[in-house]
Amino acid sequence: MAAPLALATLAGAAESPTGEALEFFETKIRPVLAVNCYTCHSAEAKTRMGGLSLDTRDGIREGGLRGHAVVPGDVEGSIVLQALRYDGTLKMPPTGKLPDEVIANFEEWIKMGAPDPREVTVKQVASTIDVERGRQYWAFVPPQKKRLPAVADASWPRGAIDHHVLAGMEQRGLRPAPDAGKTDLLRRVTFDLTGLPPTAEEVDAFLNDKDESAYRRVVDRLLESGRFGERWGRHWLDIVRYADTIGRTRNYPFPVAWRYRDYVIRSFNEDKPYDRFVREQIAGDLLPFNSPEQRMENQIATGFLAIGANDLNEPDAKQFDMDVADEMINVSTRSMLALSVGCARCHDHKFDPIPTKDYYALATIFRSSELRNGLRRRPQFGAGYFHPDRLVSLDGLPDYSSADGAAIRAERDRLWTALLAAQKERDRTKTRALTRELRELPLPENLAIGVTETGETAALRVNIGGDPHTLGESVEAGFVQVLYPADTELPPIKKGDSGRLQLAEWLTRRDNPLTARVMANRVWHHLFGKGLVATVDNFGSSGRQPTNQALLDYLAVQFMDQEWSVKSLIREIVSSRAYRLSTGFDKDNFESDPDNDYLWRANLRRLEVESLRDSVLFVSGELEVGPPPPSPIYDIDPNQQFRTAGGKSWELEESYRSVFVPVIRNHGSRFFEVFDFPEPSETHGTRDITTGPSQALFMMNSDFVRSHALTAAERLLASRSNDDARVRTMFRQVLSRDPTAEESEKAVTHVRATMAGLDSEPQPESAVVAEEEWVRGLLAVALDREPHGDEMTSAMETVKAVRRSVERDADSVRGDPTVVAAQRVVSRFLGRAPSREERAKVSKYLRERQASARKAKARLLAIASANPEHEAWSRLYHALFNSAEFRYRN
Amino acid sequence: MQQMLSDRRGFLRTAAAGFGYTAFAGLAAMDSLQANGATNPLLPKAPHFDPRAKRVIFMFMQGGPTQHDTFDYNPELIKYAGKHSEMKLAIGTQGGKILPPAFEFKPSGESGLPIAEIFPHLRQHADEMCLLNGMHTDSPAHPQASIFAHTGSITFVRPSIGSWVVYGLGTENQDLPGFVTMNPPPVGGALLYGSAFLPASFQGTRLNVAEGQDPVENIRNARMGFDVQRNELDFVQQLNRGMLDRTEGDDQVEGVIQSYELAFRMQSAVPEAMDLSSEPESVRSAYGLDEDASRNFGTQCLLARRMAEKGVRFIEIGHRGWDQHNNLRQRLKANADAIDKPIAALIADLKQRGMLDETLIVWGGEFGRSTYEQNDKSDGRRHNNRGFTMWMAGGGIKGGIRHGRSDEHGVAVENRVHTHDLHATILHQLGLDHERLTYRYAGRDFRLTDVHGRVVKEILA
Repeated sequence: MAAPLALATLAGAAESPTGEALEFFETKIRPVLAVNCYTCHSAEAKTRMGGLSLDTRDGIREGGLRGHAVVPGDVEGSIVLQALRYDGTLKMPPTGKLPDEVIANFEEWIKMGAPDPREVTVKQVASTIDVERGRQYWAFVPPQKKRLPAVADASWPRGAIDHHVLAGMEQRGLRPAPDAGKTDLLRRVTFDLTGLPPTAEEVDAFLNDKDESAYRRVVDRLLESGRFGERWGRHWLDIVRYADTIGRTRNYPFPVAWRYRDYVIRSFNEDKPYDRFVREQIAGDLLPFNSPEQRMENQIATGFLAIGANDLNEPDAKQFDMDVADEMINVSTRSMLALSVGCARCHDHKFDPIPTKDYYALATIFRSSELRNGLRRRPQFGAGYFHPDRLVSLDGLPDYSSADGAAIRAERDRLWTALLAAQKERDRTKTRALTRELRELPLPENLAIGVTETGETAALRVNIGGDPHTLGESVEAGFVQVLYPADTELPPIKKGDSGRLQLAEWLTRRDNPLTARVMANRVWHHLFGKGLVATVDNFGSSGRQPTNQALLDYLAVQFMDQEWSVKSLIREIVSSRAYRLSTGFDKDNFESDPDNDYLWRANLRRLEVESLRDSVLFVSGELEVGPPPPSPIYDIDPNQQFRTAGGKSWELEESYRSVFVPVIRNHGSRFFEVFDFPEPSETHGTRDITTGPSQALFMMNSDFVRSHALTAAERLLASRSNDDARVRTMFRQVLSRDPTAEESEKAVTHVRATMAGLDSEPQPESAVVAEEEWVRGLLAVALDREPHGDEMTSAMETVKAVRRSVERDADSVRGDPTVVAAQRVVSRFLGRAPSREERAKVSKYLRERQASARKAKARLLAIASANPEHEAWSRLYHALFNSAEFRYRN
Repeated sequence: MQQMLSDRRGFLRTAAAGFGYTAFAGLAAMDSLQANGATNPLLPKAPHFDPRAKRVIFMFMQGGPTQHDTFDYNPELIKYAGKHSEMKLAIGTQGGKILPPAFEFKPSGESGLPIAEIFPHLRQHADEMCLLNGMHTDSPAHPQASIFAHTGSITFVRPSIGSWVVYGLGTENQDLPGFVTMNPPPVGGALLYGSAFLPASFQGTRLNVAEGQDPVENIRNARMGFDVQRNELDFVQQLNRGMLDRTEGDDQVEGVIQSYELAFRMQSAVPEAMDLSSEPESVRSAYGLDEDASRNFGTQCLLARRMAEKGVRFIEIGHRGWDQHNNLRQRLKANADAIDKPIAALIADLKQRGMLDETLIVWGGEFGRSTYEQNDKSDGRRHNNRGFTMWMAGGGIKGGIRHGRSDEHGVAVENRVHTHDLHATILHQLGLDHERLTYRYAGRDFRLTDVHGRVVKEILA
């Protein structure tokens, strides 16, 4: 459906040359340009070598990478003349110097003021989109609550949601499954609201709580838990493609993106009204505030627009600027409106009534805003990509809180001024040195990633075919037309403003047909495993139609009526009977609705990788809640790009929740990848759910699962109990239910058989070797030489002794057993307690070898525990972690 | 919709319920899975039309290999040697003095294809090779062009060609990954073998070729031997069977059960495929394994043959350091020494085993180099995306021909083949129509070649 191209000429407000001047240009200049230059420098032919087009007045005056080709009246400042004269490095045309008289003509022409009648020929792409008709589409009509539908089984529904769901089922002859059992329900709602399983105690308490309000109280408890925001914040981070590095071809870190991440988590925990949440992310920096804290929060919120995956190696500055705006358009429209407005960058949207003009109306808003992600495109002359001045300074925090803050600040200013000067002088050696010095200084503490106003409204033209050098008609800032009636009074955008504030207002108006619907649908998706509109990021006509529009509209209006409270919406949904169904199979239902579009039962759902990992840590007792202060990405040199994962395996070595593990674009965690963590450069409202052997290999063979199984077993054995009771505790911890009698018996048998078999089990060589290597390296560091054979033997004994004492009594060793073992080995060989420097050396060794305490510990523990009981029970944990049931919630 | 591709409709319930993991082994299991209409996304799928090749071995030479000193004989360079070229191949660069070829080209094979003397072994297979001397691509920067060479896109994160191929055709050996990449280059990272919006089952599996490293993450258990592990797995599968019963045969649970059996088999199948100790000394020597220069790439080539034999669909191997801005003569010779024998041995080996016809070999980098010098201080050449050379062999491609030509500035001027065209041609040889191999994502159908690409019919045998 290619739109017909029409050519039109815009009457320029610019100069109109006299007849004589025109004559000169037409006879002496234009033909020369056309014959000698256009092949390589033409906007029309899209050959702008050196970024230069000579076939329009704007093009020749603007020039290319080297500067203005023609400056009217300024012969020396016009690069075109330097090139024609063949006396510098730039010699044009390359085929040979033109005759002197031609060059003289150019000189004269420039002296005349370079009269040039070549107005930009504006291509107008006639739009065939009928916006008015487009407004009839269901999703573009604001939602309204309908009267509750009648249902045959009036005793079934508990509330409005159930009425709608049951009506949908009854229309199709489906019958709802029975209600879920208590254990299933508790596991379901605990995972859905917090991303963690219930504790064994919580299972116990809920099973014994016969009060009618038991479930309601559980829901309240979960909604109030700080874990709620860590779970629901992560859902939002999927949508905004959160990452801690920029990705693409120059993968530099965002050292302070985590402020935005933590803001998202806080917002969900505080139950910030969603409309406010939207406004803050689009225009937080422009919103009024009541306190310094609120101001800071508002500034941080704009990180939403700044974490896009932009290509810092893009050679074309205009292209880059438009790409930056494109990222902002895409993330805003896909996350908040579930529309792919980005499609309209190059042509009218193929499926939805979104003309190219609408895209550029939004682009105008974002081009009038300044990206402050700390990074610059293609820095020159040895300067680094990162500079803190390219971030947002938070108003509420000092740049340096320490006593020597003033000195650091002064030093930073000095270096920065010198760096700018060195860059101007194109002194590569100096810039490199200064950049290095700058790096040594600590980062200011008041930085965040975000956007600010440029203070100027960008004058944009449609980029024909998405090409920023082929310009069409001018556009003004605006919104997506099809989403409001033609006679709507829109918030006016003052000259000089970007329009983000107005965009934020427009997005959160009650009559915006999409904002509330899209979020309500996302919430539904996370609770049921499938949205009422299954394509949660696409409400356009190429998306799926709603399976129950009346219900969706009810939720959307209810959402707005409840002051856009996400928690209220969630509470209402999880309180419905529909949410509390069992996963029970029914042949008839299955035949008519195999995909369970009409929710006749609950969906069995694979846990997200975050929940899988966090559950393992939770069961082992190692999970730390709350954010690590600050993100570990903060420790990484911001001028060091991620070419490889850099040996960072935070997710395996650290114990904070997965949502706090840095997200490295292009080099994501393998663990996360195999369990379908979304690619973090694009919006993902839904995750893939794949099942494959790499997942099984990870669960069966990784140090991570093994070491946490050992830790969990340590805790289990710490209190006296009998085998059956232990098995029951384990099942409650890992699977949130009691074992059946048969399962319990088999589990106990498995443990006993393991214990009996341990003696004959060969010690795997690789583990022994790994341990030896570790000890050898340690000794080499401590002794400053390779250890001798007998020293090795004795060191290995020491390590084993420490391990044995840990296994006998977990509390006998204070601190991390690996570190303790290492220090003991070192003391022994030095014949005295190691000095502070020596201790530091050892710690450094442990860190450097990836033997950060945890990993080294895992390595030590890869050898069968000296205590057969410990080993055997840890293997039962290992087996339960490997069960299919562990990966799912019913 | 992605979910539809995941392991949904079950693997035979009887086998799972009967717990006969032994019945799953190898082809028998595959047949029965197919018979039951299972949708394991990696099972072989019918191509769009009769394929000429069953698999691809893609040899990626990162850095931008010079064509003028290797596979693109251009007499103009001798004629204009020392003359100044004003051609600016990339923004911000300048032209320079034209450098003649650094090495002598010799007519090779019966076809007399001109190939540089530094490839004495490879030259012997000239009659199998189709030199694409008119290649061109969009970007003169390493990361962009490398990503483009793999995904057909610079602007967006898109699936790698190997992912597309496995998505389109599945793979023949369910004990091994369908798309492997050995020691992938750092520039471009996981984007070079990522599946982007395609389900994760289609992403490339990294194989570490370096000694002393596990070829695949977590492929072995540091703690338990196979017997002990089998005991644990049996216990786990009993639990899983219980869950399968309770869910009345839920597809997902069946999928997990099956994935554990496959993983268990992979623990022996992958190391076995990677174990070269069973290869006779003569073979190891032919591949250059006993020489320092060629050992790494030779190992990759030999592994590629073993993977090809075992039914892996898309095999990428690679060599780095083709970015000769200076010291070209010496460094290029070193590169040639690293790859010459191994590639020659691989071609000969595949031919001898009757596999060359069904294996498409593709050699090349992300772009090429300029005809003119880097500067007057060195014999290096600059980046050039407007003209470069790749070559293909086997897999239904005409051998012993040159297709395309570049001019004295190094710009492709005749029979130009764009990276999109190359992608379309590779898919075509595998029986896939690049315009029909689509995946619906974010509301529209995507393809490897976007809206471009033309099958280079002229080079098809």
